[in-house]
Amino acid sequence: MATDTNPIAMATITSVGAAGMPRHHLAIFAALFVFLIAAPFLLYPIFVMKVLCFALFACAFNLLLGFGGLLSFGHAAYFGMASYVSAHAAKVWGLTPELAIIAGTLVAAVLGLAIGSLAIRRHGIYFAMVTLAFAQMIYFFSLQAAFTGGEDGIQAVPRGHLFGLIDLRSSEVLYFFVLAVFFAGILLIYRIIHSPFGQVLKAIRENEPRAISLGYRVNRYKLAVFVLSATLAGVAGATKAIVFQLASLTDVYWTMSGEVVLMTLLGGMGTVFGPIVGAAVIVTMQNYLATFGDWVTIGQGIIFVVAVLSFREGIVGVLAKWIRKPL
Amino acid sequence: MFELLGIPPQVLFGQLLLGLINGSFYAVLSLGLAVIFGLLNIINFTHGAQYMLGAFGAWMLLNYLGVGYWWAVFIVPPIVGVTGIVLERVLIRRLYHLDHLYGLLLTFGLALIIVGFFRQFFGVSGLPYPPPPLLTGGHNLGFMYLPNSRAWVIVASLIVCLATWFIIEKTRLGAYLRAATENPTMVGAFGINVPLLVTLTYGFGVALAGFAGVLAAPIYAVNPNMGADLIIVVFAVVVIGGMGSILGSILTGFGLGLIEGLTRVFYPEGSAVVIFVIMALVLLVKPAGLFGRSV
Repeated sequence: MATDTNPIAMATITSVGAAGMPRHHLAIFAALFVFLIAAPFLLYPIFVMKVLCFALFACAFNLLLGFGGLLSFGHAAYFGMASYVSAHAAKVWGLTPELAIIAGTLVAAVLGLAIGSLAIRRHGIYFAMVTLAFAQMIYFFSLQAAFTGGEDGIQAVPRGHLFGLIDLRSSEVLYFFVLAVFFAGILLIYRIIHSPFGQVLKAIRENEPRAISLGYRVNRYKLAVFVLSATLAGVAGATKAIVFQLASLTDVYWTMSGEVVLMTLLGGMGTVFGPIVGAAVIVTMQNYLATFGDWVTIGQGIIFVVAVLSFREGIVGVLAKWIRKPL
Repeated sequence: MFELLGIPPQVLFGQLLLGLINGSFYAVLSLGLAVIFGLLNIINFTHGAQYMLGAFGAWMLLNYLGVGYWWAVFIVPPIVGVTGIVLERVLIRRLYHLDHLYGLLLTFGLALIIVGFFRQFFGVSGLPYPPPPLLTGGHNLGFMYLPNSRAWVIVASLIVCLATWFIIEKTRLGAYLRAATENPTMVGAFGINVPLLVTLTYGFGVALAGFAGVLAAPIYAVNPNMGADLIIVVFAVVVIGGMGSILGSILTGFGLGLIEGLTRVFYPEGSAVVIFVIMALVLLVKPAGLFGRSV
């Protein structure tokens, strides 16, 4: 969607640094890394970890929407289900955190494959409705299934020992583990976007009939990016369960699907760094306005309306226009 | 009395009746969505919130102005429709030149705002709406007890559905509407005011949601969240039926309500998800939907 607002499309010749990455991207990644190393000493570590989990979630979602051109309105299903499985694996099966996260991620991938293969049979608005409906089905499943704990969720999930060695009970130690997961996630997404596979995705997004006529098996690409996006959303959800030691219905409800759309839209869909900025803004807003009750919902609705009507490039999209370089 | 598979007939027919009532709401709501989608090409995510507005409209008329249910049935839907017309004129109209997905996002944001305000000012616990005297009793049909309020919902929604079908399929206005759905530019060239037609269509679809809300008020508690989960099920109904045909939407709505009721009898755990399972099956077998035209 949004061919006119896509900053990638106006890519100009940019200087290329090491590893084939444009120099300004390299600089941003480096600055982000330095900032996030220092962040737990400046800010509340749990808060920064929350931002990192949602930023990874939004980046995973953006891979599907911004680069695949597919609007899923049910990404909470993968995020939330991975969070349940990871919490269950850590608490009941006693797995170490990294294995618990892998278990949650695998379930998200399988779920993504099942729902994705059905959803890609429809296009556009129908695709959004189908993904939303399936996510609601997962929500009802989570409400009724025994292992999810229904309304209570899975509480008091142990953080455990990383690789059975490193004690993660201290939030400072856990932080660097989450930071590693986050960076691995976004670098993987960056790699996917800039691979030949990612280029084909963009071609499909811009002109699907043409991509078909060029001989690409469009549905395979769509399904692949759907599964990748669901899997990475699963990584984010599974990690969040370990950080907050909690998996609950909130993470699998449609409001969560809406929030990740909002983060991506606000930060700038189809940009590399936009979803990170969007996630940071929305999580911060939720954090500081939490005492105002439903005004948070109203505020999110207003941001949605304003972003759709007059700010479709998003924060990072506008910045990219200013500096005339894709971000 | 006879028993069917060990299930007492009172239980079976009771659940079928409940299913038919749910089906009435599915039918009226999915009809509204289909009418709006036909001309505007957007999926109206605000539909659930507008259904909730209908119920609150009836509640406010009763509690603030002392206006009863039967007046509310006629007054509230046009009022909710007018709020829809304002939204269309001020906001939604600006998105017609863009990808249709932006319409979905905009109406989602509007739904958050509307529901958020009502939650803030009325709480989430639900407000009671006493049914009018005419609807309190019931009839014993021999095999089951039929409460008047339930019978009324089914009859009223059937009438509204069929009236909508008649307007769209059999009148001149409906002919303009169908023509504008096919080719708005051509219809405009014949001197029909298409933008006005679009606005009125949105208002009409929204009024249908408001009407469903008024019907729901005496049956369910009036609650800001009442439309949120319902509208997602209605989306699934719309995917199953396809939005190409008016009668198709009506049939799918009532049919799925019945199936849901039957599931509640034979496999209660599955009743919340049965419609989504059917959606998965339909996507496998007939991706365009039962009554849909191509993708």
